[in-house]
Amino acid sequence: MMRMQPDSEFSGAPVPAAAVPVAIELSDASVTFGRGDRAVPALSKTMLRIADGEFVALVGPSGCGKSTILRLASGLVQPTTGVVIVGGREVAARALRVGMAFQNPTMLPWMTIERNIMLPLKIVEPFRSQFRKLRKTEFRDKANALLEQVGLKGFGSRFPWQLSGGMLQRANLCRALIHEPRMLLLDEPFGALDQFTREELWSILQDLWMTHKPTVLLVTHDLREAAFLASRICVMSARPGRIVDDSPVTFSRPRTVAMTFEPDFVALNQKLRTFIVDARSAPAEGAT
Amino acid sequence: MSASDLRQKAWSAALIVLFFVAWELFCVMTGMSDLVLPRPSEVFVTLYQKFPLLWPHILQTLATTMIGFVLGVWLGVLLGAVIGVSKTAYDTAYPLLVGFSSIPKVAVVPIFVLWFGSGSVPAVLTALSICFFPIVVNIATGLATTEPELEDVLKALGASKLDILWNVGLPRTMPFFFASLKVAISYAFVGAVLSETVASNRGIGNVMMTASSNFNVPLVFAGLFVLAGLGVALYVIFSLIEGRVTGWATRKNDLIAT
Repeated sequence: MMRMQPDSEFSGAPVPAAAVPVAIELSDASVTFGRGDRAVPALSKTMLRIADGEFVALVGPSGCGKSTILRLASGLVQPTTGVVIVGGREVAARALRVGMAFQNPTMLPWMTIERNIMLPLKIVEPFRSQFRKLRKTEFRDKANALLEQVGLKGFGSRFPWQLSGGMLQRANLCRALIHEPRMLLLDEPFGALDQFTREELWSILQDLWMTHKPTVLLVTHDLREAAFLASRICVMSARPGRIVDDSPVTFSRPRTVAMTFEPDFVALNQKLRTFIVDARSAPAEGAT
Repeated sequence: MSASDLRQKAWSAALIVLFFVAWELFCVMTGMSDLVLPRPSEVFVTLYQKFPLLWPHILQTLATTMIGFVLGVWLGVLLGAVIGVSKTAYDTAYPLLVGFSSIPKVAVVPIFVLWFGSGSVPAVLTALSICFFPIVVNIATGLATTEPELEDVLKALGASKLDILWNVGLPRTMPFFFASLKVAISYAFVGAVLSETVASNRGIGNVMMTASSNFNVPLVFAGLFVLAGLGVALYVIFSLIEGRVTGWATRKNDLIAT
């Protein structure tokens, strides 16, 4: 099932960075887990600036610190050195209320899909204080509107175990978006799905991004996925990670799966692949 | 209820009947003295005749069991929640808990009697001390096994520890909790009777001790039957509650996706 919006006038070209406020900024941020002899450097001094509304994909060899950047941006991890600024403020001070989704959809088995999706509303203000009042009306409609957008209309009253892996992952995206976060952090959300379901979900995610316009940081192993979805791709070196390439993706939107077989797209994939192969074999020389 | 369920139940009932018939036949054929092993028919007759006498003792045993059980559940949930939320608390407190639970509770009864005199209090305390452990372990395990990804999702939303405990941790532990309740109620029952046997002048345990010292063996067995009946009844009640509250955890048998 493809969900395209051929009438959309949205273009894939990124807006000049200076004109848009910065959503995420890492300056010289490094992260080391553990202490003393057992210290593991996960991320070496990293500079990364993501503008509001951008869709950035992070690719790189496994264990290179992609997820660490994601956790820095969400405030779950504090930088060992350097500064992380999200939404104009330094992290650590307070919770960020970002939307997150992982490879494992982690729907709660005792709740219907609808109630699972509404879970963030139970926690985040200003929804939290109105939750009891609106959960049967406005909030439920909100959840179902999102479900409809990802092609799960009518599945709100089902339980998670009644849905397939692909359907659960769509519900997972809905849960990450229900509280209208300015920022969406995705850690290999489609890693456990088969090729066809994955391509279907790319289009759904693209569709969600084009309607809700959050800043997205996507961690993935799949280069086609990165090139299909992102407006910018950052390639990371092997552990301790740092960004070795940072380039915009200018294909027009909405992108289709057919586009991924065109020469330009394949060439981009080849280029990314070379970067990662190099990064795997040798430590990074320095950011470009 | 399906036909196969009914058949299953019929077989269970048949097995119980068969057990008593075999027992009865064994006693009749070997000419067993009822001072050693009374026939089940004899036991049932005694049970029927002595029921008015037994009734207050049954209530006594039930009361001490239930009070001990309820207190044990509170204590168990509280300790389990504290231990389950924090990894450090879990690792620190576990050896002490295991050590405490390894003490045979018969050995503790005299101490309770020493402190509180014989009667209901040591029975309640024994029931409590014997039944809270499985609850602590199950609640703590349920909480400790919450998916880290989900915890991250909620923390990134700004959820407090209490939010996570309330919305995810506690509902998650419900199947563990009710499984442990079934075990705990049986344990509490054993504890109460144990204490009554050692130091009390009321309760089924005491009735059985008195009867055995009078060589009233059928009455001893009648006491056993009462205990077995009560144990099964309490277990069934908690199984029913479990099925209602945590059906989502055992759905595979009867609810099929459509």
